[in-house]
Amino acid sequence: MRNPYRSQKIAYAFLLLSTLLIVVPVGMIVVIIIQKGLPAMNWQFLSDIPRQGMRAGGIFPAIVGTLYLVTGAISFALPIGLLAAIYLSEYSRDNLLTRIIKLAIVNLAGVPSVVYGLFGLALFVIFFGFGASILSGSLTLGIMILPVIITTSREALESVPASFREVSLSLGASKWQTIRHIVLPNALPGILTGTILGLGRAAGETAPILFTVAAFYLPQLPDSIMDQVMALPYHLYVISTQVPNVDEKIRYGTALVLLAMVLFMNLIAIIIRHKFRKRKKW
Amino acid sequence: MTKIITNGLNLFYGKFHALKNVNSGFGENRITAIIGPSGCGKSTLLRVFNRMNDLIDGVRTEGEVVIGEKNILAPATDLVALRKKVGMVFQRPNPFPLSIYENIVFGERIHGDKVKDDKLDEIAEKSLRDVLLWDELKDRLNEPALRLSLEQKQRLCIARVIAVKPDVLLMDEPCSTLDPNATQRVEELMRELKNKYTIIIVTHNMQQAARVSDDTGFMLLGELIEFGNTETVFTAPSDKRTEDYITGRYG
Ligand SMILES: Nc1ncnc2c1ncn2[C@@H]1O[C@H](COP(=O)(O)OP(=O)(O)OP(=O)(O)O)[C@@H](O)[C@H]1O
Ligand SMILES: [Mg+2]
Repeated sequence: MRNPYRSQKIAYAFLLLSTLLIVVPVGMIVVIIIQKGLPAMNWQFLSDIPRQGMRAGGIFPAIVGTLYLVTGAISFALPIGLLAAIYLSEYSRDNLLTRIIKLAIVNLAGVPSVVYGLFGLALFVIFFGFGASILSGSLTLGIMILPVIITTSREALESVPASFREVSLSLGASKWQTIRHIVLPNALPGILTGTILGLGRAAGETAPILFTVAAFYLPQLPDSIMDQVMALPYHLYVISTQVPNVDEKIRYGTALVLLAMVLFMNLIAIIIRHKFRKRKKW
Repeated sequence: MTKIITNGLNLFYGKFHALKNVNSGFGENRITAIIGPSGCGKSTLLRVFNRMNDLIDGVRTEGEVVIGEKNILAPATDLVALRKKVGMVFQRPNPFPLSIYENIVFGERIHGDKVKDDKLDEIAEKSLRDVLLWDELKDRLNEPALRLSLEQKQRLCIARVIAVKPDVLLMDEPCSTLDPNATQRVEELMRELKNKYTIIIVTHNMQQAARVSDDTGFMLLGELIEFGNTETVFTAPSDKRTEDYITGRYG
């Protein structure tokens, strides 16, 4: 006779094991990077330009470059993504066209980032003649994170109860007033979460900026959006593979800064979502 | 005075014939109850009067619904103006996740141009007084409305509608989520409100219809079988089916 209690225990053990299998590598990555990168952390590392062929000095230009790129990407992707999400969730009817659009967005999210890089090179750098510049890089990153922003925003908008819309309309509000005053404020936390996740992704990707903006070595800050910049992920790639004899702690220090930046953004997203969950009561 | 008149009103959800040749007249300063078994078209009829059925794809109406001398089914009808005049209270109390105050002044913020704060305060106080909530809530106006009790929420929803200054109040089973005591108090409120409004209430509760309404309409399978003075409908209905329903022979 089989003992159901025992098989439950075995199943439980396997579930726990698989969960741990996910957690352990993540934890190990974080721990190792902190361990090896922390010794490099000091004010000079964060605020100085790279020196001695990137074997000493700091990574300030790369930090600034990444911040510029992320800001540029979001100021392009958020308005467009949000408007598209509003259209898809509030205005469009369910027909073949909108279904194709939604399918396209889902697939766009799965396109490898190096493909976005090539696309940005062809369209922005060459065709529009923006050259390798912050503008080209930001637009490329923006297009890459558009699907995330559209999808999360659409989900946030659609999770606002239909009854709120009905009441608002029944009080004589127009459709746009209803969206503006009722739907958007209630969807805002979800939209912000998606935006921040998009930011994190934009900050961490190397391939899309490789051909469109990233400078190998540029120890000064950019003057305009038509300039190239250094960026953290690409800098990390360069000092890890292209420049011989870079001190390990500089490489891990750079990785730590990048990781901290991305995790910090994810943390904000988690906090916003948590706050909202507590408040939400419908 | 008759406020709302329906002439040969038919409504179709796609192919489904949900309202069949409804002819009726709803009196000003009267409460008209609409009763009938589930699925007979009560809510559908109510939602014709503020054109909320427009939100549903594939709805088609025929005939005439005259409110204040205008056929509101006409395509050129100004829906914003109509919905300001014909307010609706829903079955589930559904305040917005905003403060009590912001719930009440929502309509004014939407409709008023350049609203001044003291005007908003005035509207909030007046509307809350009208639903007998002012004394209870006057010190809590900035609290979230979702924290109120069910009865308070439903009163607040009524206040929110009243703040828009409608002529007609449509109420779709407004007490069905309330306990008997709260129901009684909301019914009292309705009796007070009828001096200023034309009230139409959908209810499953026959005692409630008998208690609060002046007129009653009985619907069955999309038809308005009986319509008239509440006392007559309940004591001497002209149609056998009305009698069967009232005496409890239908679900
Ligand atoms: N959106 C819709 N699409 C198709 N049919 C619908 C729709 N809404 C309602 N109906 C149908 O129309 C009929 C009347 O519905 P309605 O909601 O008006 O009934 P009701 O009398 O209010 O019922 P209840 O007492 O359960 O609230 C029902 O048979 C229902 O199935
Ligand atoms: Mg109903």
